[in-house]
Amino acid sequence: MSLCHFYPSLVIKFFRVCVCVCVELKMAASSERSPPPFPDSEEPELLEDSDEGADAFTGTSISEMDSPSPDSTRPPKDIFNEPPEDIFSDPLSNINSEPQKKVDAKIPSPSSDEAVDLFSDPLDDDSEVMSSPEVQNPMPDLLNEPVEAPKSDVLGEPPVHRDAARQQDVFEDPPKSSSKSSSVKKAASSEMFGDDDDDEDLFKEPPKVVTKKPQPSGPPVDVFTEVKSDVKVKPQVKDDPTDLFAEEALTAPAPKPSAGSSSSRTNGVHSEEQDLFSEATVELSLDSPRNDRKNKDAVKPSVSAPAAPVASSSSKAPSKTLKELEEEESEDKFDLNISITNPEKVGDGMNAYMAYKVSTQTSLTMFRSKTFTVRRRFSDFLGLFEKLSEKHSQNGYLIPPPPEKSILGMTKVKVGKEDPSSAEFVERRRAALERYLQRVVSHPSLLQDPDVREFLEKEELPRAVSTQALSGAGFLKMLNKATDAVSKMTIKMNEQDVWFDEKIQDVENEEQHLRKLHVMVESLVNHRKELSGNTAVFAKSVAMLGSSEDNTALSRALSQLAEVEDRIEQLHQEQASNDFFTFSELLADYIRLLGAVRGCFDQRMKAWQRWQDAENMLQKKREAEAKLLWANKPDKLQQAKDEITEWEAKVTQYEREFERISATVRKEVIRFDKEKARDFNRQVIKYLESLLHSQQQLIKYWDAFLPEAKAIV
Amino acid sequence: MTSISEDSDKEKVHSVSVDLNNDSSLVIDIPDALCERDKVKFTVHTKTTLSSFQKPEYSVQRQHEDFIWLHDTIVETEEYAGLIIPPAPPKPDFEGPREKMHKLGEGESSMTKEEYAKMKQELEQQHIFPLGRVHREQLTSRMKSAADQQTSSHPMFRKDRNFQIFLEYDQDLTVRRKNAKEMFGGFFKNMVKSADEVLISGVKEVDEFFEQEKNFLLDYSSKIKDATAKAEKMTRSHKNVADDYNHISGALNNTAADNNTAFKKHLEKCAEVFEKLRKVEDRMASDQELKLTELLRYYTRDIQAAKDLLYRRARALADYENSNKALDKARLKGKDVAQAEENQKQCLQKFDKLSESGKKELTSFKARRVVAFRKNLIEMTELEIKHAKNSVSLLQGSIEILKSN
Repeated sequence: MSLCHFYPSLVIKFFRVCVCVCVELKMAASSERSPPPFPDSEEPELLEDSDEGADAFTGTSISEMDSPSPDSTRPPKDIFNEPPEDIFSDPLSNINSEPQKKVDAKIPSPSSDEAVDLFSDPLDDDSEVMSSPEVQNPMPDLLNEPVEAPKSDVLGEPPVHRDAARQQDVFEDPPKSSSKSSSVKKAASSEMFGDDDDDEDLFKEPPKVVTKKPQPSGPPVDVFTEVKSDVKVKPQVKDDPTDLFAEEALTAPAPKPSAGSSSSRTNGVHSEEQDLFSEATVELSLDSPRNDRKNKDAVKPSVSAPAAPVASSSSKAPSKTLKELEEEESEDKFDLNISITNPEKVGDGMNAYMAYKVSTQTSLTMFRSKTFTVRRRFSDFLGLFEKLSEKHSQNGYLIPPPPEKSILGMTKVKVGKEDPSSAEFVERRRAALERYLQRVVSHPSLLQDPDVREFLEKEELPRAVSTQALSGAGFLKMLNKATDAVSKMTIKMNEQDVWFDEKIQDVENEEQHLRKLHVMVESLVNHRKELSGNTAVFAKSVAMLGSSEDNTALSRALSQLAEVEDRIEQLHQEQASNDFFTFSELLADYIRLLGAVRGCFDQRMKAWQRWQDAENMLQKKREAEAKLLWANKPDKLQQAKDEITEWEAKVTQYEREFERISATVRKEVIRFDKEKARDFNRQVIKYLESLLHSQQQLIKYWDAFLPEAKAIV
Repeated sequence: MTSISEDSDKEKVHSVSVDLNNDSSLVIDIPDALCERDKVKFTVHTKTTLSSFQKPEYSVQRQHEDFIWLHDTIVETEEYAGLIIPPAPPKPDFEGPREKMHKLGEGESSMTKEEYAKMKQELEQQHIFPLGRVHREQLTSRMKSAADQQTSSHPMFRKDRNFQIFLEYDQDLTVRRKNAKEMFGGFFKNMVKSADEVLISGVKEVDEFFEQEKNFLLDYSSKIKDATAKAEKMTRSHKNVADDYNHISGALNNTAADNNTAFKKHLEKCAEVFEKLRKVEDRMASDQELKLTELLRYYTRDIQAAKDLLYRRARALADYENSNKALDKARLKGKDVAQAEENQKQCLQKFDKLSESGKKELTSFKARRVVAFRKNLIEMTELEIKHAKNSVSLLQGSIEILKSN
């Protein structure tokens, strides 16, 4: 969004140079080509004050304002992107930061518009501006070019506007719209989305031009004073609501997985889309007071139709989100119990597989009945994960990972030896799958996914094919993973968000620590198994010793001791499996989950990279255009402009995507942390209880033995 | 120099075992063991009312080798052949712990100071203290049986110069260590003895009591050896479990240190629980070691001593039979009859003496064994119950705290 203004500023600069002093041309041109690297320290918050100053100077200062703006806009945006709870906890700060950002973002655009208008003064009317798009005039006229340029810029900048923007514009400017809207709409429909927007805005701009014209025009200084004047604030404010609204409208449907959206709305539990939507509305509601006020103050006449729905929806939003929050809080109490039982071998030989009974018990209305049972095999679980991660992982959702494939373990089971290790393997997998499913359904958004429901409800699932470890798909996946890993290493993200910076570090550290801890617990499991085995052997040996003992009482006591040791052996064995299932597997799960969290961070990084790449591309295009402009090659110029427009749209889109994914990841990680602490505590208590039970049994056994020992005479 | 001194309540348990025979004329105990580089010095404390001692009380420092020397001199004394000579204690194995300590030193850089201190303390507690304790306990039981001899009809040990020197001489004994030749000699002697044992096993036993005893001891010896090995394994793995608790606690603490979410509190609490559990589990393992494994270990050796007695008697029997044959031969040839008769008479005498004292010894040995087993089993059971109760209350408390979180 920030860089979008870069171009107009260049143009302004260029213009100023042209109009005012020809001698300066060379200097200006050179500065265009290589815009000075702007230090981040440049205060973005100067804005309103600096407007005059900055504008009064030259375009350079505008561009200065623009380029650092990614930095300046991000922090507030992050605050604002925090989960709804946060917004509620300190709405003040948000309100403060939020509008700031908006003002930030907006001010440059109107100002540049005006600048454009100023310069386009010589061009007499809107119709020309309107007709100017793309093909029409490859006029060598310098003046005309800039007119086009800013147009496309401004318009390309918010791909967000879309319908809302269109409507509003239409509303606000009935006189013009009546005549032009039809043509504009035609153009819109025929063109791509980004261009579509352009037209809309094109359409919007002209009216402004009209209103401005009568006002004192000419020197750049005036342009900027205009910006400050109330009259000028008007369009700006108007812009805001539309933008907001559009943003909301856009963000809501955008991530909608086409299949899930419609049904999810009807579900009892709030959905991912609704989440997003509510987030958007929260943001709106925070803004709206200010907007409303502004509207009343400055734009009294134009508090028009579109503004009303905005206001109303914003007033509804808080209550709705509050309710959602409560829902989120009570999520873990929600009535959905999943258990996996009866692992059963199906088939023979290497084609054999284990089928598990997945039983669901629920009172949620989204399901057809209260209890239902399906049979699923391991690859179905993997298939579910594949589907979910395909759909949701690029949005930054934390998809619980399923247990790993184990060819060795499964082969053992397939071969069909009824040995304890394969039974343990099956039980381990059963428990892991159960935890996996429970984690999936306890995720508020994933629960809404049609695939999840299908998995739980539908009798027959199409066979998941791509999950076989040795298949071509598996190979492809491995290849993808490898390339991912490489690209991850090449991405050097300079993290500007402190929260993410720390969190990424924390997660990495935690994963390492948990790995170490896991090793320790594994060794505990092994040692306890060893202890159990050794106790059994000792029990036998003592029994033998007892049989050789010639003192009857001692012999009796020894055989009693053997029995006690036998029981203790059982106890150790049980404890070892508790060590394993409640403690070791818990850690293994969390190591996997932390891997998934890192995956989320990677997704965010990828989004960032996409955005940066687009920025770079845009930069290149602009430079190319500037060169063309300088070389006076108007035929190629139009194409360059189109490209710029296209890339500007992309930049904005990617930036938004990045911000959205950041917000989602952040929310997900916070949710994960909370869940983890709770889950861990629960599991540890369970584990300690198992230890407690062991010790109590131990007391019982030894208590029973004591009289025997005392009976030795 | 690390001083190994035990907490007093433990001490009493061991000291008591010496004067079990309620004879206060000679009380010996070993209250302390000092670890000095590669030597361990035991303080041998003697209280006596016997007139053969010049002072009523002595306190001397003795090393492991001194005990071995005492054992050897007693074994070599012909007079004691009819007694079960208490086995010498095994050389305390400080190598294992020292190696561990060494490793600890190497790994020091990767550990924090507290961790190092904790590990060191743990090692000392786990290995060096018990070792000192074990050695001491063995010595005390040894002294006890020596004292037993005193009260029995043979006042042999009282007269034994070496024993008195061992108890009285307040300087270092500086016993000459065995040289290589002697070591080899000892090994050779053992070989001969084993071969001899096989040979004389063919000799027909005349006394049913000894026949029975022999069979019993052979059987029992192999069983108890097996049981000892298994018990050792068991206690070792129990200690490993306790070690794991310790490591888990450390790992949990490390995890907690880098965490700053709500998780941290849980982790710290959890680490604390494991740290406490470690202590209890460790105690459990080492008490099992001390009460059960050591008992079995000691009696493995004691039974060997009893078997040695049987061997000496069987040897005497074989000698007697040989002398009988020699006498028959001499009578046939008609020469050296008197000498042969004398020899035969001596052999018979020796055999009879050995048989008589052997019977007594073996009977008392049986009684002693039963008493020792009883005592140790009861103590072990009580300790197991105590530790289990400790951990139950510890776990209950921890669960309460975690639940209230």
